[in-house]
Amino acid sequence: MAHRIEIGSKIPDMRASLRKKKLEAAGFSGKLKSLELIDAYTIDFALSGEELENIASLLSNPVFQEAQVDEPIAKGGFDYAIEVGFLPGVTDNVGNTARECIEDLLKIKLPGQAVYSSQLMLVSGSLSKEDAMGVGEAIANTLIQRIHIKDCKDFLRGNGMGIIVPKVKLHEQPKAAKADVIGITDVNDDELIVIGKQGIANPDGTRRGPLALDLTYMKAIREYFLREGRNPTDVELESIAQTWSEHCKHTIFADPIDEFEEGLYRKFIKAATNKIRKGKGARDFCISVFTDNSGAIRFDDNYLITAKVETHNSPSALDPFGGAITGIVGVNRDAIGFGLGAKPIINTYGFCFADPNDAKPIYKGKNLTQRMLLPRRIMDGVIEGINAGGNCSGIPTTQGFVYFDSRFKGKPLVFAGTLGLIPKKVLGNKSYEKEARPGDCIVMIGGRVGKDGIHGATFSSEAIDSGSPATAVQIGDPITQKKLSDAVVKEARDLCLYNSITDNGAGGLSCSVAEMARESDGCIVELDKVPLKYQGLNPWEIWISESQERMTLAVPKEKLHAFSDLMKRRGVEATVIGEFTASGRCVVNYSGQKVMDIDMEFLHNGLPPRPIKTRFARQMHEEPKLPSDGDLTDSLHNMLERLNIASYEFISQQYDHEVQGGSVIKPLQGRGRVNGDATIVKPLLDSHKGIVISQGINPSYSDIDTYNMAACAIDTAIRNAIAAGANLEYLALLDNFCWCSSNEPERLGQLKRAAQACHDYAIAFEVPFISGKDSMFNDFKGFDEKGRAVKISVPPTLLISSVGIIEDAEKAVSLDAKFENDLVYVLGETYDELGGSEYFAMLGEQENGKSHIGNKVPAVDAAKNKKLYNALSRAIEKEFVASAQSVHRGGLAVALAKTAIAGTLGMESSLEALPGDKLRDDSAFYSESPGRLVVTVNSTNKESFEQIMHGNPFAQIGIVRGDGKFIIKGRAGKTIINTNISDMLKSYKSTFGGY
Amino acid sequence: MAMPKVLVLTGYGINCDEETKFAFEKAGAAAELVHINDLIDKRKKLGNYRILAFPGGFSYGDDTGAGNALANRIRNHLWDELEKFVEADNLAIGICNGFQVMANLGLLPALDGSYGGRQMALVHNDSARYLDRWVDLKFKGKSPWVKGIEKISLPIAHGEGKFYADSEILGRIIDKGLVAAQYVGGEICSYQSLPANPNGSLHDIAGITDESGRIFGLMPHPERAMEFTQLPNWPLLKEKARREGKGTPKEGEGIKIFRNAVGYFR
Repeated sequence: MAHRIEIGSKIPDMRASLRKKKLEAAGFSGKLKSLELIDAYTIDFALSGEELENIASLLSNPVFQEAQVDEPIAKGGFDYAIEVGFLPGVTDNVGNTARECIEDLLKIKLPGQAVYSSQLMLVSGSLSKEDAMGVGEAIANTLIQRIHIKDCKDFLRGNGMGIIVPKVKLHEQPKAAKADVIGITDVNDDELIVIGKQGIANPDGTRRGPLALDLTYMKAIREYFLREGRNPTDVELESIAQTWSEHCKHTIFADPIDEFEEGLYRKFIKAATNKIRKGKGARDFCISVFTDNSGAIRFDDNYLITAKVETHNSPSALDPFGGAITGIVGVNRDAIGFGLGAKPIINTYGFCFADPNDAKPIYKGKNLTQRMLLPRRIMDGVIEGINAGGNCSGIPTTQGFVYFDSRFKGKPLVFAGTLGLIPKKVLGNKSYEKEARPGDCIVMIGGRVGKDGIHGATFSSEAIDSGSPATAVQIGDPITQKKLSDAVVKEARDLCLYNSITDNGAGGLSCSVAEMARESDGCIVELDKVPLKYQGLNPWEIWISESQERMTLAVPKEKLHAFSDLMKRRGVEATVIGEFTASGRCVVNYSGQKVMDIDMEFLHNGLPPRPIKTRFARQMHEEPKLPSDGDLTDSLHNMLERLNIASYEFISQQYDHEVQGGSVIKPLQGRGRVNGDATIVKPLLDSHKGIVISQGINPSYSDIDTYNMAACAIDTAIRNAIAAGANLEYLALLDNFCWCSSNEPERLGQLKRAAQACHDYAIAFEVPFISGKDSMFNDFKGFDEKGRAVKISVPPTLLISSVGIIEDAEKAVSLDAKFENDLVYVLGETYDELGGSEYFAMLGEQENGKSHIGNKVPAVDAAKNKKLYNALSRAIEKEFVASAQSVHRGGLAVALAKTAIAGTLGMESSLEALPGDKLRDDSAFYSESPGRLVVTVNSTNKESFEQIMHGNPFAQIGIVRGDGKFIIKGRAGKTIINTNISDMLKSYKSTFGGY
Repeated sequence: MAMPKVLVLTGYGINCDEETKFAFEKAGAAAELVHINDLIDKRKKLGNYRILAFPGGFSYGDDTGAGNALANRIRNHLWDELEKFVEADNLAIGICNGFQVMANLGLLPALDGSYGGRQMALVHNDSARYLDRWVDLKFKGKSPWVKGIEKISLPIAHGEGKFYADSEILGRIIDKGLVAAQYVGGEICSYQSLPANPNGSLHDIAGITDESGRIFGLMPHPERAMEFTQLPNWPLLKEKARREGKGTPKEGEGIKIFRNAVGYFR
């Protein structure tokens, strides 16, 4: 007999007010009069009345809440009761915590999930039943949640909502201990294609979902099994599909491409890093690049800093909250899984969304079925997901950006990065090297295994019925991971209780175990031992499930007891699931049957190369007509209000950026609280050294030339860091390619050019890449609001993240102008480079609702910029620079404006002396020429500063005023901007003011 | 007694433990991170320490209400030891999530000296959203924790930090002088044009003590204000100091709270 406990607030519930505001913004304004929230727990276990009362008081706070057992709190006075709960199998963190509390209180063990959380909204207003459903759908995501609605009469008649237990019930119990043998050795190529594309056939003729193995790969697999003299099992085929996937093997970057036999990664990225490291010689600070879960650089004599940036795009389109939280908690494991385990110390984020005001739906299915979430919903959910993941994990989320383009409507891009800290040596061993040894136990720690993420990408909601777990999307569980993380990086690592560790990410155990088994050259796994969330999983599902918060370790037998005991004491589930061997085979058993036995060499290196052919032709666009030159005051205010320029303070403030106590340069700077482009953190509490982190991204330039796009992303990421106090000598880069349609030669041609630019500019700046990741198919195929077929592809996007080390964090520079009469300088040259600029986008949108593109895309002169950046670094080192802001999106206009509004003092400047070409005022003001910065300098440091900058293009163009006025004169000496800081602040902060 | 021993609790999503330990050490104490399960298993004994710190964090992910689940675990397993500890001449502090835990344990305000009953709560911010910013605080009362501190600025970072008690309890908390820290307008609020009260706390309360003054809970994070470079306006202050030919301060004002605790045992 299941029970239900409801908890309501006795005082005004602010969550309800926020919820109401959100619903009003979602179109229920005027219709919705009141909204109340009730939290509910459904407990699927027989308990006495007294026990239930104790549980009710355990789960509520009598100071401001009331609780009811098996009775609704609501006694009427509303129109509809709308309950939202999870579908079976979806991670229910609140339910899990409640279960733990109940178990702890009653000293019992509840079977299975047993406790489920849900939330009831009591709404009134002029709402139809349809409206009530709309309210539910605006809050719940029906991929992972159920909505249950009763009108007041129904509710009272039924004495509340009734009890719904979302327990996983798998219809088809797997045939005990059987893996299916899949006939591939005696079938023709057509059948191979079908298997590779649609997956293994179920008994009823349906398919399990794509293996994403094309004919070349399927033939290689067939040949292998012909040699073995047998057919593969489903476990083997699914496992190979995971290991050979684009996601795991990065085949597009690895395969031969046009004239380059070695492929893009080796030819451009790795080669650049190798060359730079060689050139640096003794100055080389790279410790581990491209091989481990993160890249690592030296921090000081005793510590290393690790860095990794991931994307979680497709899941975030389906379930923005779950996708984003899983993304951030997942990339944390890339730190924990580096070497012997680094402590996550900084999170970064980057979001590419469509315009949140775009309310036109798109559909995945024909006839307006399978409606996708609207951009605003995706944006809100993603922001909240990073909030929950980062904040709960106690990792400061310092650095991030948001970028908007209508082409992110089908799939948003969600970047999530983590920096880690690890001592160089652990008990005398190098912490950045690891090796599973033959005889070591394979130990899985953390969460349990369910159907999560199995063939997630091909998931269709129609396939779900009421008893089947929602497998496509997952919700991260930061607390389970926090316990795991603490136990590993704060205790087990320093006791040297294991030889190797890696993350269970894509491909689950099939990838993590097989990857570690390369270190020992073999493994034997007993799948029956893997702890499950619920019974009824097939062996292949256990092997490839992507259930979150798990890591795999190699624990030597003599340390197993100590390791297991420690994990037990820290509340971390640890299970021995097999042994590493030196057999050269990856062997998996399941209840007495050998379900996998594959040669290690074939598993990892058996995939045949698939040469790639590309095409590239630079597209020509119409050159926009510019408005007649004149006053630009309104134009500047419009620019400050643009989605891509406006303050996103509401994000920065809801992410804890100060936990761990190392915050130096914060995401919001100056009196005006302006979003900066770089942040600085001191990772050791007793050291002055700091880490500078920044990002650069310019998707709009890809419409003209991806070479320039990539070059500018690199230059911007570097320059942002330099402005905050980093120097080129001690700076590293990370790349994240998010491409589209990567099977089309034109898109691959764009990719090749971008990779070429990464190579050229990394070498030119002598800044190495240490880690990277790609996501190659960010396309949406579906239907628009009128049912017409559409394909929405993201613009080819490259995020460059930079990580630098500085000796003295107190020499860092913030972006705000600090004192009246300080001198305002522009460093670098301004050219007619408005192609793909924010100004062109604004003009186009004002004209016909569509961005202008133009052709003169900004070009980077690395040699010139390098010299300038080195000079600026010296000036900052000598403490001659009071503020610094790099010039990028929105041009000089935005850089000057940000410097001024962050200082809230005022500014007066003139474009007359601007270095570079003589341009129209608007062109000079909005050009996005790279290599430029705006700095302010105390007038007493004028000579010293100019002496250091000598030989570089720079000019003093104005001074900081103290009266709040912001005045800019154009080339002819005429005033083109005449406004004031408080109006500028209003413009800058208005766009997301209500978010 | 030169170096009082501090037990800094950790585990289950507590996450400000290391910087809290560092803060106590910098103030001159001998601090140790102790996992709650090691207390439950009796591998460590609360009685061996003089100061107990409940650090900030997200114990149990704030599920079932911030601080509630961890308070339950402590109540189920450690209540007797804890009660004995707080009744003796020891000090205890709860910061942010630690304050929420203490409130749920009924360690604060513990009116009439009886620990264990919940009398106040930290509820969702008026914005119903997590907020990280700096606040200005006025300290008062006779607690050893706040001795000699008048006005300092500290960061907050919380979603459930609004101080709430019914009017009768609130009145008694005020009358008995248990309000130890209040949000006020000051240097940071005026620097960043921010409202004084960040979350809607009743009576602007940021922290309270029990009647003995030895037990202290506050939402702001003094352990994140140990150094000059943690201040939001340090680049401006540094520039100002340089122009005036002065040096910059080497530490932040948060350390005063930890020094007070150490000083109590001198």
